[in-house]
Amino acid sequence: MSGGDPAAVSQGQGTRSGVAPRERAGGERRMVPPGEPRSYYGQPIIAEPVWTPEVGWYFFVGGLTGASAPLALTASLRGNHALARRAAVTTVAGAGISAALLVKDLGRPARFLTMLRVFKVTSPMSVGSWVLSAFGATATLGAARELFGVLPRTGRAGQVAAAALGPVLSTYTATLLATTAVPVWAEARRELPFVFAASSLAAAGALACVLTPAAHAGTARRMAVAGAGAELVAVQAMDRRLGWLGEPLHQGRPGTMARAAKGLTAVGGVAVAVGGRRRSGLAVRAGDGWRSGLAVRAGDGWRSGLAVRAGAVAILAGGLLERFAIFRAGTASARDPKYTVRPQRERVAARER
Amino acid sequence: MTAELEVLTYGGTEHKRVGFFTDTSVCIGCKACEVACKEWNGVPEDGLNHTGMSMDNTGGLGADSWRHVAFVEQRRALGIEDGLQGSLVQHAARAQLADEVGEELGEMRWLMSSDVCKHCTSAACLEVCPTGSLFRTEFGTVVVQEDICNGCGYCIPACPFGVLDRREEDGRVWKCTLCYDRLRDDQEPACAQACPTDSIQFGDLDELRAVADKRLEVLQAAGEPGAHLYLNDADGNGVGGAGAFFLLLDEPEVYGLPPDPVDAAGDLPQTWRATFIAAGALLAGSVGLGLGGRE
Repeated sequence: MSGGDPAAVSQGQGTRSGVAPRERAGGERRMVPPGEPRSYYGQPIIAEPVWTPEVGWYFFVGGLTGASAPLALTASLRGNHALARRAAVTTVAGAGISAALLVKDLGRPARFLTMLRVFKVTSPMSVGSWVLSAFGATATLGAARELFGVLPRTGRAGQVAAAALGPVLSTYTATLLATTAVPVWAEARRELPFVFAASSLAAAGALACVLTPAAHAGTARRMAVAGAGAELVAVQAMDRRLGWLGEPLHQGRPGTMARAAKGLTAVGGVAVAVGGRRRSGLAVRAGDGWRSGLAVRAGDGWRSGLAVRAGAVAILAGGLLERFAIFRAGTASARDPKYTVRPQRERVAARER
Repeated sequence: MTAELEVLTYGGTEHKRVGFFTDTSVCIGCKACEVACKEWNGVPEDGLNHTGMSMDNTGGLGADSWRHVAFVEQRRALGIEDGLQGSLVQHAARAQLADEVGEELGEMRWLMSSDVCKHCTSAACLEVCPTGSLFRTEFGTVVVQEDICNGCGYCIPACPFGVLDRREEDGRVWKCTLCYDRLRDDQEPACAQACPTDSIQFGDLDELRAVADKRLEVLQAAGEPGAHLYLNDADGNGVGGAGAFFLLLDEPEVYGLPPDPVDAAGDLPQTWRATFIAAGALLAGSVGLGLGGRE
């Protein structure tokens, strides 16, 4: 650098590209992101989250668990007990696994109880801890009714309460992530709850498809297909919102995970939809003359059942990878100061205009 | 308590809001603040490393570094507006000399700044803490209660300054307490007492703000165009001002500070609304799919 251009006098040591972009009031609106912003030796400005991978698993398991509760309730109301029992077991087991994953992240069980010391709406983690606890209790009552036929009225109330709490359990984790200084998570705050809701619906349906005999799994298949479609749309909306800030979600390991998640969700959704339609065809035939219908369709039915289950597994894997992609992309965006500084500089420039 | 904070839970025992004014223009990088803080608060050693970042071998704030002195080395062109350095004639002479020697026109500038927890007016760490471990003291400062912290780690990415961190050995979060124990005995915090140049000044926040305004005027009159106050008042930043504010000589990001920090919890109403709409859609969708169509 030479000469006395006062606008370019100072130069941060840590500047990688060697330019010192200064936002000027009244300048042109930039369509392309500017060069690397200045930083302190490339050090991050915010601290990277210290959450262990158990937390990523929890986002997936908790989401799936929550969305299984309305499935258990509606199946029970319709008398589809094969499906209702399996969904009820999923809610109880899922709540238990969720709690175990959180305890693992915290280090010891007593630390989870500290979460229930207070209730704070400004802390999504506090709200979530209470929701998970209440969900576990009510889902257990519902499952007791469904599996053992005890507590008919209390059990039904438990089922209804769990069905109402479940969707909150599935989505509050989006609020939790968005309420941080992590650039990717905070910027995605409007779309993230929908990504989590859709992915939870898809995963709950998909797991029920895997566990339930095909003749009783129609609801589960519809949930899996609708959820997978909604998940793809919600992720697209999130990508559009993030713009260039979505870079960490498209490159490196998170990028690979996100692409795999999209592919698995799409392929899985199609497989469940197509396999499920054949299955419905079989059910109709079986109804009007099951002996001949079954004889003709037996091979086809076996194949379609396999397609549905394989598709369901793909949807589950896609949902898990999507959560981990978002989790790790956030961490990557915390590590590089440009994702923190550049949007803030743009905000300052916009205010000065 | 004054200075924008409204904490009404201390029932008359509250104190005027206190804080730090860190005037980086007189920081000499001695790190006495880092040492005094560690000594007084019994903060463990966190590695004796050579980072290669000028004289900064601390690296940044963390669970075991509650004060951090940043060292920024800059090659600074000698502009005519550079009033601190001498007359136009001297500049011309130096420019000529530089021409003859064939060197770039410019000289080394060393910026030093002692960073610390900002004790924000709108503190995201405090708001998102699920256990109530982080609290607002009667002095208007933000402190972690170690007997309550369960190490959930939520405050760590919530802080827009990257101040909080988990200590490896015990899994809990530790940060500057603004020497809560000393404040209760009418003592100033250890770092401020140790600072030999008064770069770190401790006091009632409204008084510190007046001092800072005067100091800024002096520096601007002396021809320091980059001088500005950072987080000194409630407006113009997303954290409602800070208990620890700074006089900086260059843009905040040069010191590793965010140029426009915001309180992450400020968007909570909007985010909760989106979440409840999404949860409602999930409930309606799953019930609709469950009750309509074939089994």
